Amino acid sequence: MHLPVSSLSTSVSPDFVADHVRGIPRSGIRDFFEIVQSMTGVISLGIGEPDFVTPWHIREAAIYALEHGKTGYTSNLGLMRLREEISRYVSTNYGVPYDPATEVLVTVGVSEALDLALRAVLNPGDEVLYHEPCYVSYSPSIALAHGRAMSIATRVEDEFKLRPDALRAALTPRSKVLLLNFPTNPTGAVLTAAELEEIAAICRERNLLVISDEIYSELSYGEPHVSIASLPGMRERTIFLHGFSKAFAMTGFRVGYACAPAPLIDAMMRIHQYGILCAPIVSQEAATEALRHGRASMIDMREKYRLRRNFLVNAFRKMGLACFEPRGAFYLFAGIKPTGKSSHDFAFGLLKQEQVAVVPGTAFGPSGEGYVRCSYATSLEQLQVAAERIANFIKP
Amino acid sequence: MDPLLRLLEENALATHEILAAQLDTTPAEIKKRIRQLEHDRVILAYKAIVDDERAKRTHVKAVIEVRITPEREGGFDRVASRIAQYREVSSCFLMSGGFDLLVFVEGDTLQEVAGFVSEKLSTLPGVLSTATHFNLKTYKIQGVLREAPVNEERLKVSP
Repeated sequence: MHLPVSSLSTSVSPDFVADHVRGIPRSGIRDFFEIVQSMTGVISLGIGEPDFVTPWHIREAAIYALEHGKTGYTSNLGLMRLREEISRYVSTNYGVPYDPATEVLVTVGVSEALDLALRAVLNPGDEVLYHEPCYVSYSPSIALAHGRAMSIATRVEDEFKLRPDALRAALTPRSKVLLLNFPTNPTGAVLTAAELEEIAAICRERNLLVISDEIYSELSYGEPHVSIASLPGMRERTIFLHGFSKAFAMTGFRVGYACAPAPLIDAMMRIHQYGILCAPIVSQEAATEALRHGRASMIDMREKYRLRRNFLVNAFRKMGLACFEPRGAFYLFAGIKPTGKSSHDFAFGLLKQEQVAVVPGTAFGPSGEGYVRCSYATSLEQLQVAAERIANFIKP
Repeated sequence: MDPLLRLLEENALATHEILAAQLDTTPAEIKKRIRQLEHDRVILAYKAIVDDERAKRTHVKAVIEVRITPEREGGFDRVASRIAQYREVSSCFLMSGGFDLLVFVEGDTLQEVAGFVSEKLSTLPGVLSTATHFNLKTYKIQGVLREAPVNEERLKVSP
């Protein structure tokens, strides 16, 4: 019998859903997404992925792989040649050596790598500290791994950096992991080597494991990026997470990786092998090409983001909304307090009145109130029109 | 390379205000720098890149490989600059390899281009031989794809 969808859904009891899953709120971005997606003529600064198509030579490598019948599973850890390239890339650019045979795991994006890392190290009730505003998945991923999500609010006065004293104040005897994401989505904050060292000292002293999500690290516009894993005594207590989505515009390929000491990678691999088996081979082939020959394209894209960032920061300043100049990633976390509106009202009002989509700061945690995230991963022409419309929206 | 030049190469119509915002300077400064670049002939011209097919322009384009005799003083320069002067020649380059000059020629008809090659180009003193290749179809012109891939399914909001 063909039942209508409504009667099907009501016949399933919500009681079957596990408590820790039921407790997870819907992503704040999701509701907003539904509304924007249903509208036409919207200029969106709400997109957290590069507007560039993956560079051709990388797409071509994927096509070549398909033409040559590369359609099977790979090693659970990922193709050895890709792991070798990752090892070389991380050693050259981040100064941390990892053994491709035992210390590198290729995953389905950093999202999977983060999930594996948390599940591999957390016992129920262990606390994970992370700085906020932050990427939307951190708190739910921690909860799904039966950990306790302990956010540390960062402030614009500190350029959204994680302050050592704030970290110390948040520590408890159950603190086990510090989750870092610099450059930060959504704020564009970065930490210098000296600032990272202060954080690292606390981690060593309090025996914290660091999970460092460095997905935006190539997109640093000032001083070169420094990984916490490269600091003395940190390699052995850091899970370094990275991927291809942002720097090489490869979001849809869904490929990332984790580098860590062998026992940690082995633990993550045990979850990965049963849950995922391996990252898709075509994506792994494309990723290998990206690391071998993708640098010039990456630098071109970074330069475009930097120029757009300058444009957008200047546009907001002209509107009288002083904002923190992002040092990395491709987001401007614009303070909208002077308008007297909440993040939610600002974003929904702007969408309704001017058809410009920005993401309310609260989607990235309660400390995002008073801000909206504007992505500059969109063309300069679109940014120009968006800036005019935003100026129109906020004028008294 | 001057970042201002790079931006102008991408879009010569960008306003001084937009250029200034990207390069963290003032529109007046941009205006001054562009004037200087034009004066120094670093910027030679501004042109639109036109898709002939969409513009419905029946237009003949050819690339000609030209072998020439270098002269005792001046090498290839004198012959090359004589060739470059012709109205029909849109670009002219000295090349390494099996021939000397690569000459891009445009004309309204096949006959016009053929006539230019046989009557003008190949009869010039110093020109040893020519090999003409006609353009059949354009896929990419001056860095611009005729059919650029667009992802229309890109999500409008994503984390």
